Amino acid sequence: MQYMFLIYLDETKFAPMTQKERDSFTNRMLDYDDELRASGHYVVSEALKMPDEAVTVRAWDGTLATTDGPFMETKEHLSGFFLVEARDLNEAIQLAGRMPLARVGSVEVRPVDTLERIPE
Amino acid sequence: MIAAARNGVIEEAWRVHSRRVLATLIRLLRDFDLAEEALHDAFLAAADRWPTDGVPASPYAWLVSAGRFRAIDKLRRRARFDAAEAELTRQIEEEAEAQAGVEPDEIADDQLRMIFTCCHPVLSPEAQVALTLRTVCGLSTEEIARAFLMRPPALAQRIVRAKARIRSANVPYEVPAHSDLPGRLDAVLKVIYLVFNEGYSAHSGESLTRVDLSDEAIRVARLLVSLLPDAEAMGLLALMLLHESRRAARTSAAGEVVLLADQDRGLWRRELIAEGGDLVERAFATRQIGPYTLQAAIALVHAQAERAEDTDWGQIVALYDVLRRAAPSAVVDLNRAVAVGMAQSPGDGLALIDALLEDGTLADYHLAHAARADMLVRMGREREALGSFERALALCQQGPERRFLEHRIADLGGMASP
Repeated sequence: MQYMFLIYLDETKFAPMTQKERDSFTNRMLDYDDELRASGHYVVSEALKMPDEAVTVRAWDGTLATTDGPFMETKEHLSGFFLVEARDLNEAIQLAGRMPLARVGSVEVRPVDTLERIPE
Repeated sequence: MIAAARNGVIEEAWRVHSRRVLATLIRLLRDFDLAEEALHDAFLAAADRWPTDGVPASPYAWLVSAGRFRAIDKLRRRARFDAAEAELTRQIEEEAEAQAGVEPDEIADDQLRMIFTCCHPVLSPEAQVALTLRTVCGLSTEEIARAFLMRPPALAQRIVRAKARIRSANVPYEVPAHSDLPGRLDAVLKVIYLVFNEGYSAHSGESLTRVDLSDEAIRVARLLVSLLPDAEAMGLLALMLLHESRRAARTSAAGEVVLLADQDRGLWRRELIAEGGDLVERAFATRQIGPYTLQAAIALVHAQAERAEDTDWGQIVALYDVLRRAAPSAVVDLNRAVAVGMAQSPGDGLALIDALLEDGTLADYHLAHAARADMLVRMGREREALGSFERALALCQQGPERRFLEHRIADLGGMASP
């Protein structure tokens, strides 16, 4: 089964940290990546740039409309994701719980759904 | 098991050894989560090494040692950033070194430790069931959730909390001391029987049987009997095998309930009946006869009757008399009353059932009213029977059983109330 870890962070929690502390977080996250690769759970992961670099796109009536910023304005924003392969939801929870960012942010664990083409 | 599962040899090793390896790793690493990770890593190492090095002489010992080594290595790396983990790592390392020697007896003991820990009284019965199915049986969270008609996140959190509880309560990973064994074993047998019954008869909804859970319950009970030949463990295994032997006969092709008396006995699985019979004999031979063994003995009397009318009801009443003393309950009294109704006369059965209904505890139990109705039908008092069947229907939740009661009501010329 594949599971997505969606990482939500509150940037204000990082504000009081020193640069050294922030760098350490980055390195611990890269270690975590390596650990998941070594254990065979890793599929893909990326960090995301800040939400002020986001554009939200809609083409509801066939014409392209864009707005500045993320889809939802929230205190905690989506700041990265992992896609992992795990035996079951509890193994996925265990893996997510070891993520260094889980100590400061929230990690949503979501099973990946498989869509199948339906004859039309 | 992820990438490694693609290899047939590794897959087979997982099937045969994974639960035993996990049981030992929990002892060595003193933590369920850490042990699960180590188990995963051990099979990853096997998938890496075995294709070139060949399968080791003792896959179990190889996997335990690989898992332990990798867990300690991982802990050391994590400990670089965490002083608390560093101390824990040192302790685990020392202990794991001290206990690394694997004796055959220890393998069996580890499996028992795992079963007793998953069924430890600090956990609620629901948590015991969930943890046993995931840890002892190796079912996935999603499979367990599906079997219990639960949402996976709710079941997953139940398991997370159960493990945390074991950790915070410092539940020792051990087979209980002789003096505690009967009570603790009783809890294990309860969990197994709960799982079996969940698979054998769903409380509500359309599906009368859910095969997977019953199979798992029988598997754990077999394991338990092989590790700890206790009379009641044998009795429980026998009871489940005897129920299981009738599975194909207890529902019609259309999914309707078929009563014991009406079942096609040719569909009963003789090999399960024989195995159940042997176990009942072994349990009786210990002279420590408990409720499970007695219920199994009753099921065996039914199983040994070639035709329904050959059933030795006198023997069944006698067994219920002993069971009532060993484990008094209103439901046992009801079953005994039905047996008396068969062994003597429906009037005798009816008198006993009415006394039980007046007593109150069974007033809302649909089977009590259905049993009363049966006695009345046999006595030709159909109008009264109709009333009791209608009362039973009003109290019954389960789809197939409801349809059965509706048919009985229709046969008596009544209208099934919705």
